[in-house]
Amino acid sequence: MAEMAILIDVSRCTACRACQVACKEWNQLPGEATTFAGSYQNPPELSATTWTLVQFRESADGNGLQWRFRKAQCMHCTDAICHAVCPNDAVTKYPEGNVVINPERCQGCLRCVESCPFQVPQLNPATKKTAKCRGCVDRVMNGLPPACVKTCTSGALRYGLRARLLREARARRDRHFPSGVVYGEREMGGLHVLYLLPDRPALYGLPEGLAGSAVLGATLARVTRFALSPRGWPRK
Amino acid sequence: MTNHWIDIGNSDAILIIGSNVAETHPIAFKWIAAAQDRGATVIHVDPRFTRTSAKADIHCALRPGTDIAFMGGLIRFAIEENLVNREYVAAYTNGPYLVHPGFGFKDGLFSGFDEANRRYDRTTWAFQRGPDGQPLADPALQHPHCVFQHLRRHYARYTPDMVAAVTGVPRETFLKVARLFCATGAPGKAGTILYAMGTTHHTVGSQNVRCHTILQLLLGNMGLAGGGINALRGHANVQGSTDFGLLYGSLPGYLALPRQQDHPTLASYLEKETPKGGFGVNNPKFFISLLKAWWGDKAVKDNDFCYDYLPKVSGDCSYPAMFEAMLAGKLKGLIVIGQNPAISGANVGMERKALGELDWLVVRDLFPTETASFWNAPGVDPTAIKTEVFLTPASTYLEKDGSVTNSGRWIQWRYRVTEPLGAARSDGWFINNLVLRLKRLYVGSLQGKDRPVLDLHWGYGEDRPDVDRIAREVNGYYWVDRKQVRNFTALKDDGSTACGNWIMSGFYFEENRAKARKVELEGIGAHLGWAYAWPLNRRILYNRASARPTGEPWDPDRIVMRWDPVAGRWVGNDIPDFRADLAPSAPGGQNPFIMRPDGKGALFAPLAEGPFPEHYEPFESPVSNLLSKVQRNPLVRLKVADWNTLGDAKQFPIVATTYRLAEHHHATTRYLTWLVEMMPNMFVEIGRELAEEKGIKNGEVCTVVSARGQIRAVACVTDRLKPYTLDGRTVHQVGLPWHWGFIGISRGDSANLLTPHVGDANTQIPEFKAFLCDIRRGG
Repeated sequence: MAEMAILIDVSRCTACRACQVACKEWNQLPGEATTFAGSYQNPPELSATTWTLVQFRESADGNGLQWRFRKAQCMHCTDAICHAVCPNDAVTKYPEGNVVINPERCQGCLRCVESCPFQVPQLNPATKKTAKCRGCVDRVMNGLPPACVKTCTSGALRYGLRARLLREARARRDRHFPSGVVYGEREMGGLHVLYLLPDRPALYGLPEGLAGSAVLGATLARVTRFALSPRGWPRK
Repeated sequence: MTNHWIDIGNSDAILIIGSNVAETHPIAFKWIAAAQDRGATVIHVDPRFTRTSAKADIHCALRPGTDIAFMGGLIRFAIEENLVNREYVAAYTNGPYLVHPGFGFKDGLFSGFDEANRRYDRTTWAFQRGPDGQPLADPALQHPHCVFQHLRRHYARYTPDMVAAVTGVPRETFLKVARLFCATGAPGKAGTILYAMGTTHHTVGSQNVRCHTILQLLLGNMGLAGGGINALRGHANVQGSTDFGLLYGSLPGYLALPRQQDHPTLASYLEKETPKGGFGVNNPKFFISLLKAWWGDKAVKDNDFCYDYLPKVSGDCSYPAMFEAMLAGKLKGLIVIGQNPAISGANVGMERKALGELDWLVVRDLFPTETASFWNAPGVDPTAIKTEVFLTPASTYLEKDGSVTNSGRWIQWRYRVTEPLGAARSDGWFINNLVLRLKRLYVGSLQGKDRPVLDLHWGYGEDRPDVDRIAREVNGYYWVDRKQVRNFTALKDDGSTACGNWIMSGFYFEENRAKARKVELEGIGAHLGWAYAWPLNRRILYNRASARPTGEPWDPDRIVMRWDPVAGRWVGNDIPDFRADLAPSAPGGQNPFIMRPDGKGALFAPLAEGPFPEHYEPFESPVSNLLSKVQRNPLVRLKVADWNTLGDAKQFPIVATTYRLAEHHHATTRYLTWLVEMMPNMFVEIGRELAEEKGIKNGEVCTVVSARGQIRAVACVTDRLKPYTLDGRTVHQVGLPWHWGFIGISRGDSANLLTPHVGDANTQIPEFKAFLCDIRRGG
């Protein structure tokens, strides 16, 4: 099965947040009781009931005022740490790229929560289980695009063959964003959520330096730490 | 829109002024992005840096209520820098016409001002005419009395320095915008203007739009692919609602609503409402076909086709005047369908009070609204309210069949996907049943005043109306055999045809073309086989102007229409918005603006305030008018009352503006948890400098006060709002979304408790977008 991916072209994202709503609708996630705390970004962070979130970053430095929008969600890593550290085999990696937590098996040990370099999986305090974006595995295995991609009107989100999306993202970067970055090609062994960024990843809140062997080392260290931790691997 | 959504992608320069399109029309942004990919420049002129500004190439922060100063500056720049398409102006506009020698402008007023009655005698606002009745003209545009030279002189005062001092836009930013947009005056280039309520919600709202007309005519941008003046309408069917006479001054198809004073008889109506030239000469055919559609067999020549049955308005029947009458107890009942005036009107404190003077109020909506619950508003004692309120559940768009007409005039059919829940019924059901029951109640009456109801031709079935029958009537048909007419050119003024809305006629001749779904594979994105655009499926209005006077297109790569001399007809990617066989050299062959009596685009066009837009300050303004001694629109009358006081800048030094958010639709979405979680509270956007001055911290509650009321809101302290430097003075501004009200799962104070009840001199649209306030910490 060919590897698939979502390409998030942030240059096209207008932060309408239809993706945020479509995700909740398809996955039947409840609206959270939020308050306006001074930013359009709401809920403030990803949570067990908010699997995707458009982040708003305002900066007045450098090239005039910038308001940057980025849709945050699970990156569906090839080297998925959540998969590596899970003691219960609750995380499934699909050949298409989806990384999915099985709530039946999750025991809420928080290892994935603590080790994800993107701070994606979150504990649901009510169910004591971890939850995150599943890449709409139920839709894509039935020939439908993920719900967020389906609803995106501006063309910021696309779903397709990973290799093709990478090619197209690079071509668009070369044409329009000379200092832009295609993020996700090699990060964490290759992400299945790719970004076309007009500027440095850090300006969008994305960690830099996840593409080298240092990452693997850090990952192994984390795995080892968990393996040796007092909690140990829970036994069935 | 003169053009349509997809056509925005054809543009070279997109000037967005008075619209936050990325947030209020998210889907439209796809076409703006498509133009950007082709290399187009996107300019956003707006008081606030919004999600639209974030995607634009340039953001230009304009003080609310100074659009005319800004646009006037662009008009001056285009003329003085010689960027005007002179061939276009000479051939297609009234720029060459000579104006009455007595016409002039002095000290902020045009000639003919009647100080006592605050209105204009328009005698000098006219063209000099030759013995043949035709206007005298100077095609070289040099005669000192010609429109073009008047225009040049009028805007000579609108220099970049003046623009900066009035609007707060820095001189260099203004010049950058001016150079980029006015470059579309070159033949082969196309620039579009996108606007919305930020343009119209002012006491000079109509003149704001007139500025767009003048600039686009000067640059030769009308009629072109990627050009035009494009009003982004607020909902899926706002265009359709105004097409059907929802504006207080018009009948379906923008025919004038009869006024008692001007139109006591059919003869007087037809005489006054039929222009001597242009397409309007056909108005009697459309009007009488409308009367025939409404009163059928009863409408005959001998009784003036039941003209007497039509109510004739007298006095001011605008929205603000309606609430004044209500407050005064002159209006007894009100039916509100799909609107929520208790939060969306200007100065809603007054409007809520006015609702309490009604005998009865019917509200149809999806949820209980503030209007239906006005008697339970904060501070209101329900036992003191005598109004009887009926809240009836409406059905959603998914629960009814019918057409909607989008901003680009595309009539598109939609299908019901499910039955309404419970007792919910469509608005069509409601109106059908209301009329049928009224007719039954009047049966047997011999009184003349009941004839209009009894004689009404009303045959759409019982219960849920047959929308197919309605659609056929809208298209129009021959009375004798009920066969549909081909289009409005078949309509007659002798009672032999009936037509519900002439501008849409043609959409349902042999088949309902609103249902057509054929996608264009190559061309300019006109998609002639997708739905049906009024009039006659024309996608770009005035498209004769897409070609040079000789008939060759200005831009061979984006042909809309071109004259084919061999075939002897116009060909191209659209339907000609004029006679298809009219040669460029034939009489009238260079008259693209067919709805004007002379066929020419109106650089000079009398509105209430004058034939050229002139800057006046908003009714509440922090500064004096720098362009003249006339501070405010002299034609606007302020209703002075204890509920409608104006604030002065000493007490209320901060400029405020109101707007919508992407996450909410009016007030109804405050019932939906997924949307409320994204925008949970009423907030006020404040610039960092003002917040520091007032000691307000991001995220804390503060109070905003105007002369009309005060509200609580959470502070959103941001760099996206900046103070203006006006003639050396610093003026701060705040921004207020107006979605909130006192019911729903997310509740908050309504921004419109602060806005003034004062409207534009031509349309009476209230000044929601520029008023004065003050702000302080704490609730």
